[in-house]
Amino acid sequence: MNAPYIGQSITRKEDLRFITGEGNYTDDVSVANQTHAYFLRSPHAHAKIRGIDLSKAKAAPGVVAIFTGDDLAAAKVGGLPCGWLITDVNGQPMKEPPHPCLAQGKVRHVGDQVAVVIAESLHQAKDAAALVEVDYETLPAVVGAADARKPGAEVVHDGVTDNTCYVWSIGVQEAVDKAFASAKHVTTLEFANNRLIPNAIEPRAALAEYSRGDDAYTLHVTSQNPHVERLLMTAFVLGLPEHKVRVIAPDVGGGFGSKIYLYAEETVITWASKRVNRPIKWTCERSESFLTDAHGRDHITKAELALDKNGKFLAMRVFTTANMGAYLSTFASCIPTILYATLLAGQYTTPAIYCEVTAVFTNTAPVDAYRGAGRPEATYVVERLVETAAREMGISPAELRRRNFITQFPYQTPVALCYDTGNYDATLTAAMKLADVDGFEARRKQAAERGKLRGLGYSTYIEACGLAPSNIAGALGARAGLFEAGEIRFHPTGSVTVFTGSHSHGQGHETTFAQVVADKLGIPVENVDVVHGDTGRIPFGMGTYGSRSIAVGGSAIMKAIDKIITKGKKIAAHLLESTDEQIEFKDGIFSVAGTDKQKTIAEVAFAAYVPHNYPLDKLEPGLNETAFYDPTNFTYPAGSHICEVEIDAETGVTKIVNFTAVDDFGNIINPMIVEGQVHGGLAQGIGQALLEGCVYDPQSGQLLTGSYMDYALPRADDLPSFKVDTKVTACTHNPLGVKGCGEAGAIGAPPAVINAITDALGVKDIAMPATSEKVWRAINSKGRKAR
Amino acid sequence: MHTFDYHRPATLKDAAALLKKNDNARILSGGQSLLPALKMRLAQAPALVDVNALPELRAIKLEGAVLTIGAGLRHSEVAAAKDVLISIPSLARVAAGIGDRQVRNMGTLGGSLANNDPAADYPAAVLGLGATVHTNKRSIAADKFFTGLFETALKPGEIIVSVEFPLPKRAAYVKFKNPASRFALVGVIVSEGGGHVRVVVTGAGNSGVFRMKDMEKKLGEKFAPESIARSKVAANKLNSDLHASAEYRSHLITVMAQRAVTAALTGN
Amino acid sequence: MTISVSLNVNRKAVSADIDPRTLLAQLLREQLHLTGTHIGCDTGQCGACTVHLDGRAVKACNILAAQVQGANITTIEGISAANGDLHPMQEAFREHHGLQCGFCTPGMIMNAIELVQKHPNPSEDTVRAELDGNLCRCTGYHNIVKAVIAGAAGMKG
Repeated sequence: MNAPYIGQSITRKEDLRFITGEGNYTDDVSVANQTHAYFLRSPHAHAKIRGIDLSKAKAAPGVVAIFTGDDLAAAKVGGLPCGWLITDVNGQPMKEPPHPCLAQGKVRHVGDQVAVVIAESLHQAKDAAALVEVDYETLPAVVGAADARKPGAEVVHDGVTDNTCYVWSIGVQEAVDKAFASAKHVTTLEFANNRLIPNAIEPRAALAEYSRGDDAYTLHVTSQNPHVERLLMTAFVLGLPEHKVRVIAPDVGGGFGSKIYLYAEETVITWASKRVNRPIKWTCERSESFLTDAHGRDHITKAELALDKNGKFLAMRVFTTANMGAYLSTFASCIPTILYATLLAGQYTTPAIYCEVTAVFTNTAPVDAYRGAGRPEATYVVERLVETAAREMGISPAELRRRNFITQFPYQTPVALCYDTGNYDATLTAAMKLADVDGFEARRKQAAERGKLRGLGYSTYIEACGLAPSNIAGALGARAGLFEAGEIRFHPTGSVTVFTGSHSHGQGHETTFAQVVADKLGIPVENVDVVHGDTGRIPFGMGTYGSRSIAVGGSAIMKAIDKIITKGKKIAAHLLESTDEQIEFKDGIFSVAGTDKQKTIAEVAFAAYVPHNYPLDKLEPGLNETAFYDPTNFTYPAGSHICEVEIDAETGVTKIVNFTAVDDFGNIINPMIVEGQVHGGLAQGIGQALLEGCVYDPQSGQLLTGSYMDYALPRADDLPSFKVDTKVTACTHNPLGVKGCGEAGAIGAPPAVINAITDALGVKDIAMPATSEKVWRAINSKGRKAR
Repeated sequence: MHTFDYHRPATLKDAAALLKKNDNARILSGGQSLLPALKMRLAQAPALVDVNALPELRAIKLEGAVLTIGAGLRHSEVAAAKDVLISIPSLARVAAGIGDRQVRNMGTLGGSLANNDPAADYPAAVLGLGATVHTNKRSIAADKFFTGLFETALKPGEIIVSVEFPLPKRAAYVKFKNPASRFALVGVIVSEGGGHVRVVVTGAGNSGVFRMKDMEKKLGEKFAPESIARSKVAANKLNSDLHASAEYRSHLITVMAQRAVTAALTGN
Repeated sequence: MTISVSLNVNRKAVSADIDPRTLLAQLLREQLHLTGTHIGCDTGQCGACTVHLDGRAVKACNILAAQVQGANITTIEGISAANGDLHPMQEAFREHHGLQCGFCTPGMIMNAIELVQKHPNPSEDTVRAELDGNLCRCTGYHNIVKAVIAGAAGMKG
């Protein structure tokens, strides 16, 4: 394999350990003398705890300790914090009711933690947990977002009598209303964005160790961002100094957002590890994951688009109710606001947009970011509106989009974002060609002859990634910075270890980041290893979410590389008896401009560590640079997805016969990995559209989709092979010109699928997931336009 | 899991003795339904008697117009068995479509019948092919075997040894899968043989697998899909759940039954 | 009750004293330290725990360790050649980017190997259908399907 590495589909460095079973996931880690924790959880959606009798459980064999909310309160352990403050339309801060790690007096969703049993074995912990007697006084539950604000609705948190976390808005309502009044055509849709359960295949897990000798903790945990985990846990909950807590997120088996957050379980066992002075291991069972991993989406929306007679968009008006669940998860508040409403311009020049979001508490699991996080919901609003408007006005969906595409950059949207670059027509044109849109009508006819209904649907999405400029985020309510850190450690004999605050849980950073470093430093990619996921080894990090790793983490590494090269030039100037200004660096070689005098970077590194001939009076030895990078803008990946479905009219079964995605992620480091990210996102987006939906019993609040028996996670035969391609407009404001690719599929796919189904059926709308029964009912509905 | 004692008898006689000695002991065959239930503490047993080592449950033979399959045969074995493929290919296809590959490599015929999950495939096949269940104590006709949701005519201590299938003239099973569990949302088997037609539905009934007599009659007159185009199971006899309403299930029964008839006629 | 089991794991004889409740997956992970066999669900559906039991792909979290008395078990750690050469299916997963987070991968590979033994020239449809016992949340299966087909070719030698 030869340089340049950037742009090459290099097979992944991390794969050898995964394909041989030598990965090191949290549950694979065991230590001597460890105990096992099991959490007793609420069987009720809403209940007062009148009392807890631990006497029988404490006497059970193997029990080491049992703790309840009272123990945490007595020890002054705080509640779990929310990292983003949203300000209400009235200028008031959002309601932030306490989120105790173990229930205190009340449980608020099925699965809420009531007690932790720590025992010698997991069997013993579970046996003892069955002996804990909790005296519940059950209360009515409020379950659906639409019910939360109804008069007389049960109150989830005592201090929040209308169950409303906030009402927030963006845009100027008067201007939007005025535009609607003058519109030639208005398209209106009302729909839910279905609640999803993330389902990383590795369940959450943690192993907490306390060292009495050092008065220090080590926590292995399934986290996408170990530094954030440590910061939140130490500063906000346990009151520990950060230098006494090391958080390690080793190999992590998928996240999709669900492993960003600080959860109760790892917090409780970290605290308890000191109390019992033994290591404590906890691994979530899948049934618990369904109940307690933060869920995603769950919006109810009314959306309207105003158009003039030529199909130019005049304004958009959106009202959304977002279900927060029972407690505010770590970033819950910013998802249906900052990451949602700001994306409502989509790829279009819509001049006026107003969006109002009401966030409510219910007796369900907390809802937070799940792959795409707000942007899939926004894209669903925009792309369903646009496609529906096209059909209503008799303009082809592609043509209507083209009439409204943004073509001049930078472009300031009416909802706060400023797009730096893009070429939306290029991706749409390429996608239409790849999807053979021209041949579609013939295929539709042929399908009809076989008694099948074919439909085609588009989605031209945009997302804001590369989270985020810290000052802008801070102004919008972020309680943390959103930069990234990286360190390049040159070793004396020329190999390099890269330390990144980004975290890979499937994204392949160990390969892509190595490609970048190897190219920029001019060394073989084999000589570069990437380390992530350990607060004990990495300077700092904000972790991986929001498709930010290459754009922000990669940029931090680029800055560190620049520092390495700058210092290398000084060393080379000394070795080559020249001046810093005369030294050029290219392909791993420092040379004196216009001469054949040169030193390899390995020689320079060696000189830095064996400084026998070295400018010690002016320069420190060593070649090890750390950099922090704070982005100046979001990045704006965008693309065009086209879905073609074929429906069995007899049963309503929808088959995706063709799915095409042409995306613009800016420059691409490793096309193979990028394609893989797109595939995975598409599967989750198609899953949302066709299969997945979290369902609670509307009265009892019991989770009805609490296992793979009832929650339809896409399997191999539910999905097609995908056609994917990319177009490039380089990001203008980061050194690699990259935008990010992790969420695109999950953002673009759902409206493309639903647009295709509604096209096939000749109906205005169908709810996600579009199950075979819903499709069958739509086929047999009266409102359907026969094709 | 709650605690239990584990026994692995080597003969049918020893197994029967162990079941007699241990009140409420459960038989462990492939375990593909029992073990998840035990793990999640939805089921409990003081003792498990593992019948996987019993040679008596492993026989498979084709004699004249009768195919006998040992209760311990795994789904993948039945799906691949030459005797099954040449005599009742539709039964091989039923077995090949149960659960998933790994489940088919463990799950057994006897285990599936004794469990009588209302959405399982084998109960439909056994009832739809008019088979006879042989236990260590007696023979039970399929029509008498399935008595309700997860309930059978088996008495405590009784072990299914084999199942005897009369060879049909033709038969086919068509399954509409629950998208989550992949169990039958609706499964229909039709068979014709010995002058009789059987139509059996799984996945949809309020009390498990059932015969659809109206369709049997109409297909008996003319074995063709159009014969049953208007034959419907009343929705009030069917279950409604998260995955499908009774009305949709009723519709699917008719569609799947017609498809099964077509498949039986074409041998696909 | 404690019982003893003896079996062969990856061609090596092992024995252990266990609680009868011990699952095969737990025996492998906790007592034999073969942590490549993963546990991703509790209802026997995700397939991350797939191993070979006397050559058949089975879910190790859905089998009691006691049930495999005397059996031959092969795990992901046991499929490479003695000299360390990867199994063709392992190579194919790496070559075709058939994995991302890697958690479902051991189960996928173990199922895929037996799948190919039963279907030496599998079509895309066959592969998709026969992977119904394994869940992956990362790859959308696209590259897993490619890898299995390539692995099938590789397994022919």
